[in-house]
Amino acid sequence: MTLTIDEAAQARTLTETAVRLTGVTKRFGKQTGTPVLDGIDLAVAPGEFVCLLGASGCGKSTLLNLIAGLDPVSSGSIEVSGGRAALMFQESALFPWLTAAGNIELALRLRGVDKARRRTEAERLLRLVRLEGAAKKRAHELSGGMRQRVALARALAQQAAVLLMDEPFAALDAITRDVLHGELTALWQETGVTVLFVTHNVREAVRLGQRVVMLSSRPGRVAREWRVDIPQPRRIEDADVAELAREITDELHREITRHGRVGVDKGASGHAS
Amino acid sequence: MPHDTAAHDTAARDTAARDTALPGAVAPGTAAGPAPVPAAADDGEQSLARLEAGLDALESAAVSDRRPWWRIVLSRLLPPAVALAAIVLVWDVLVWAHVRSGEIMLPGPGDVWNSLVAEWGPSRIGAAVWDSVYRAAIGFTASVLIGTVLGLLIARIAPLRAAVQPLLSGLQNLPSVAWVPIGIIWFGVSPATIYTVVLLGAVPSIAVGLIDGLDRVPPIYLRVGRNLGARGLDSVRFVLIPAALPGYVSGMKQGWAFAWRSLMAAELIAISPQLGPGVGQVMKFAQENLDLPLALGSIIIILIIGIGINQLFFAPLERRLLRTRGLSRS
Ligand SMILES: Nc1ncnc2c1ncn2[C@@H]1O[C@H](COP(=O)(O)OP(=O)(O)OP(=O)(O)O)[C@@H](O)[C@H]1O
Ligand SMILES: [Mg+2]
Repeated sequence: MTLTIDEAAQARTLTETAVRLTGVTKRFGKQTGTPVLDGIDLAVAPGEFVCLLGASGCGKSTLLNLIAGLDPVSSGSIEVSGGRAALMFQESALFPWLTAAGNIELALRLRGVDKARRRTEAERLLRLVRLEGAAKKRAHELSGGMRQRVALARALAQQAAVLLMDEPFAALDAITRDVLHGELTALWQETGVTVLFVTHNVREAVRLGQRVVMLSSRPGRVAREWRVDIPQPRRIEDADVAELAREITDELHREITRHGRVGVDKGASGHAS
Repeated sequence: MPHDTAAHDTAARDTAARDTALPGAVAPGTAAGPAPVPAAADDGEQSLARLEAGLDALESAAVSDRRPWWRIVLSRLLPPAVALAAIVLVWDVLVWAHVRSGEIMLPGPGDVWNSLVAEWGPSRIGAAVWDSVYRAAIGFTASVLIGTVLGLLIARIAPLRAAVQPLLSGLQNLPSVAWVPIGIIWFGVSPATIYTVVLLGAVPSIAVGLIDGLDRVPPIYLRVGRNLGARGLDSVRFVLIPAALPGYVSGMKQGWAFAWRSLMAAELIAISPQLGPGVGQVMKFAQENLDLPLALGSIIIILIIGIGINQLFFAPLERRLLRTRGLSRS
């Protein structure tokens, strides 16, 4: 299933975007009034690393689930190159009845990789996330960081050109997160996979992304975006990372404050009437 | 793509060194070809690897307790054996103290043992035990098949669930021996009656266990499965069944207890020469002959078989399932 470089280059010329969202709107069930997501337009280039930033509850996970095809859009359209995207969840969501290698092999199996190749391919992917020693371990025997690395290897095993990551490092301690940032950056550069990375940690977004896209809340819309021209390898403590993070944070605060004011106004008018 | 050159070169070198078949569709580093590797980038990679190795070692320090197997077996067998010995001792003392008061007859452990040994033999208790175990095995296997199909249907079909699930729970409350009179009226004193009672005892537990197991599958597993490409039967086989297995097995464990219990009750009530012997019949025979040691002996045999199957089969299976999923202590 692995594309050769030629095929990949060809695929790239055929579709210049890895992910294209056009007017994506999402309402849950019979929800009326403001939708969760409203008219999202977003194009992600092949091999690009885009961070999606937004306040809690603004619909980031919803958006990734839509792109992954796990939920239907209410209106608008989503195109994903290759037709599918691998999704990595916040909790590692490794299957607890399988070993680390077993989880990866299942992903390969469901992609139609034959049995003989599954073993070696799983070993290779575990080596890629530096967990060759943990093949026989089960999720509960691994630390949080190791679990997320196995989950990353499993997502890579899906061999999709697009990797969606939903706050994958949110539950980790700062040191482990730093290390995984380095590892993810290296992996992205090695594999050329397109990454759409959701977070509400502004510094993390600036540390990782080539582009940071901020969503507004209720309804979720693309509020603003920034190009990050700081060269990799970056560090989260770098001055230019901090500087841009500060600018984005200010903007995010403005965006969130705006809601507070709307809420207060509504509350006040509610009392008056 | 705007990667900086140092990392770009590292990527090219690594790609060449490891394996050319990388999972992503586009490999940006490979086109450039090998180039001199700046020492700084190499150091970065290596120090990252070392840092990570240190973290892994610190975070997964928990060493699993590996005792030799005989100590594990001993630790499981010894406490119940001691408890059993204590019970027999108390029993013996009680018998000895009461033996002359004569109000109620209580045979001692020795009497029971002698009676069992005397009545053993292919024509008597041995045959009865074999008969009962055989019936239990057939009845339980049939219950697992029926309970599984029923459980799957109820779990998948919402209207059926709304209609049948309360009845199923109600059926669990009804002692299945209550069906013996009806069974006898329908089928006479025949194996059909006995199997009906066993099935009605075990099927609800197994079905309810399976439904519970399926209900408690975290939805995220199903979503992960779908994203990995598991649809339809693949999703059932690779995600739903393994995820629901603990509930299913505990339903089977309870189903076995009910099957065995119902079988004994049915054998005690439905007695006929065509049915052949059974532990229940032996007990009835003991009652009719006022053979207290034999009646007590039958109870002990029933307990041993019931507990034995559980300890040898269901308990280890359940323990294993929970342990591999990290759901139990130790
Ligand atoms: N299945 C659902 N049915 C109804 N409403 C939902 C559903 N899933 C999410 N929502 C609503 O949609 C909104 C966005 O949820 P979502 O989980 O996408 O936010 P998020 O940006 O990922 O938040 P967080 O940062 O906390 O993860 C929330 O207001 C939530 O209540
Ligand atoms: Mg979320």
